[in-house]
Amino acid sequence: MYKIEPHPPWYKINLKELWTYRDLILIFVRRDIVSMYKQTILGPLWFFLAPLFTVLTFTLVFNRIAGLSTDGLPAPLFYLTGTTLWNYFQQSFLGASNTFVSNAQLFGKVYFPRLAAPLALVVSNLFKFFIQFGMLMVFWTYYWQQGLVAPTIKMLYLPVFLVLMALLALGVGLLVAAITTKYRDVSHFLGFGVTLLMYASPVIYSMNQVPSQYQSVLNFNPLAPILEGFRYCLTGAGQLSWSGLGFSALIVLILLTIGAFLFNRTEKTFMDTV
Amino acid sequence: MKPALKIEGVSKQYRLGRVGAANLRDDLHRLWAGIRRSPNPFLNRGELNDRTKKSEEAYVWALKDINFSVNPGEVLGIIGKNGAGKSTLLKILSRITAPSTGKIEVNGRMASLLEVGTGFHPELTGGENIYLNGAILGMRRAEIKRKFDEIVDFSGVERYIDTPVKRYSSGMYVRLAFAVAAHLEPEILVIDEVLAVGDFEFQKKCLGKLEEVSGKAGRTVLFVSHNMTAVQTLCNRAVLLDRGKIDAVGNPNDIISGYSKLHVNQCLEREYNPPLHLEGIIINSIRIGQEQSQINREPLFENQGTNLSVDCVVDVAVPRLDLTFHLQNGLGETILVFSTGRKEQGLPMGKFRIEYLFPPYFFMPGDFSLTLMVVINRRECIFTQPQILTFSVLEAERNWGEFMGKDPGYLRPPIEVNYNEN
Repeated sequence: MYKIEPHPPWYKINLKELWTYRDLILIFVRRDIVSMYKQTILGPLWFFLAPLFTVLTFTLVFNRIAGLSTDGLPAPLFYLTGTTLWNYFQQSFLGASNTFVSNAQLFGKVYFPRLAAPLALVVSNLFKFFIQFGMLMVFWTYYWQQGLVAPTIKMLYLPVFLVLMALLALGVGLLVAAITTKYRDVSHFLGFGVTLLMYASPVIYSMNQVPSQYQSVLNFNPLAPILEGFRYCLTGAGQLSWSGLGFSALIVLILLTIGAFLFNRTEKTFMDTV
Repeated sequence: MKPALKIEGVSKQYRLGRVGAANLRDDLHRLWAGIRRSPNPFLNRGELNDRTKKSEEAYVWALKDINFSVNPGEVLGIIGKNGAGKSTLLKILSRITAPSTGKIEVNGRMASLLEVGTGFHPELTGGENIYLNGAILGMRRAEIKRKFDEIVDFSGVERYIDTPVKRYSSGMYVRLAFAVAAHLEPEILVIDEVLAVGDFEFQKKCLGKLEEVSGKAGRTVLFVSHNMTAVQTLCNRAVLLDRGKIDAVGNPNDIISGYSKLHVNQCLEREYNPPLHLEGIIINSIRIGQEQSQINREPLFENQGTNLSVDCVVDVAVPRLDLTFHLQNGLGETILVFSTGRKEQGLPMGKFRIEYLFPPYFFMPGDFSLTLMVVINRRECIFTQPQILTFSVLEAERNWGEFMGKDPGYLRPPIEVNYNEN
């Protein structure tokens, strides 16, 4: 037995119901992955091509022309570590924040816990991430043969950064999704907002190069310790700040909680405004 | 017995007009009220939904104070005109949107079908889409797996099950979609009429063999429709909505009579008091009716003979006096002209009841009106009264699996058919 009510208490997220729909989440993931390459001729090759060209551009523009340091790492490896994790964040975040708009047709016809959609998206983007990470590891192995990087025990921490990134993308995504259903203005901001955020995060530079007066500001960016730590554990360049990571984890937890509650509240009535 | 569905005081308020700064202001107002734990300040605003009137009010009630419950095994029809709140109620029951006030208790697994093939992905194969669509409709993977062969079998597209559905013909697509929906096994099914009337196989399977069901093992079905025939045939109880409120609950036949009153202003009888004095003829009354509905304002049904009668007195011998009727359809087009058939002699002197008898199924379902003309000498019209009677003819109950839609045309006069074998 269950009840349909106007406004269930704000803290009431039906996780039990979400659990009963776990099969749906998995089927959504499968759908996303299968349809991702079915629509194209080059198929999964695109997952390599896009980051490859990005890294090539970054290497040319930021390293060769602007002369930005890459912390002693070969430029392609440096940019590839940054963009691989950043791409995952960006795609998951933008996807999740677009949940209501891109699923309006589906949500307007049938009920299932709406959280299933962004959750599935964050998981299916992992698939893309792993493909790009595979490419990153090819580069990494090449530079390992050259003696420029070496495997360390710290590589075992890598999943931690990925999980934090996934939860952060989900949290901010849910938050923005909830706000955009009513206030479309936010979605106009998103397009360039994400680009701005990338420049405010250590993707194409490392924290070491940032002047100290700006560093304290950048420290408030929860993405920074995750991106830095990821690079450090993989290549040894940069720094691993446990306090910074703790701060990020706290922010992730707060954003995820607020995001989930707001999303949960919005899903009940968003069809009236979309 | 515990009701399968209990709806208590459900209302739904919508905000009209443009999205703008006013929304933000109202939202802040609402938020502030929420913080102080006082009720939503906008819930005492708003007016009932009437499309035809321009309104200054920004809030409107699409549904207001809906109360009813549905017993297990019952098949309930929800009817009403466009804008009566049917779709809103359907959306609330399907949990697509939440009500503004009130609550609904649901006892049992509920599924709603507003469309078939929801979420079908064109790039995926038929088989993959069975899983996707089934899961979206609330089935577990194991359940779909168990029924997979049955679904494929039912759909009749076995050969194409590994082909992406974008290559399907529209017929195959719909068949596959129906097949998944028909294998849902909820205890309570909320369903839009579009789905229920089309396909006989679907009626039988998806609605759980309604005709055999007598309440105990039966599936509870809520059926939202403005198709009277379907409601009469499928439902054992009906709720009539009008402008967001419940107008009546009860036996589908009674409710449908109420609906037709709501629908057109019928005038099945005119008594002239004092009698209508014309040149040579006095008309006392004129009425149209059917045998089984002697009471005025009952609806007329297509499957019964209809009787048009005029009580009159001819007091002066007027040359070739005649009563002629023009029958108009709902659009006001004249579709038939008929008279007493005594054009040559005219009506004799005396007191009469002139009766025109229409056989069953003469009128097709729809709205009609009659214009009376009194003609003398086959050329001079001495009296014309447009819309002297207006009436609508309703569809009769049809059998399971028959076509439930509307046939084109207005009249269906009996036509003699001969089979001549050569």
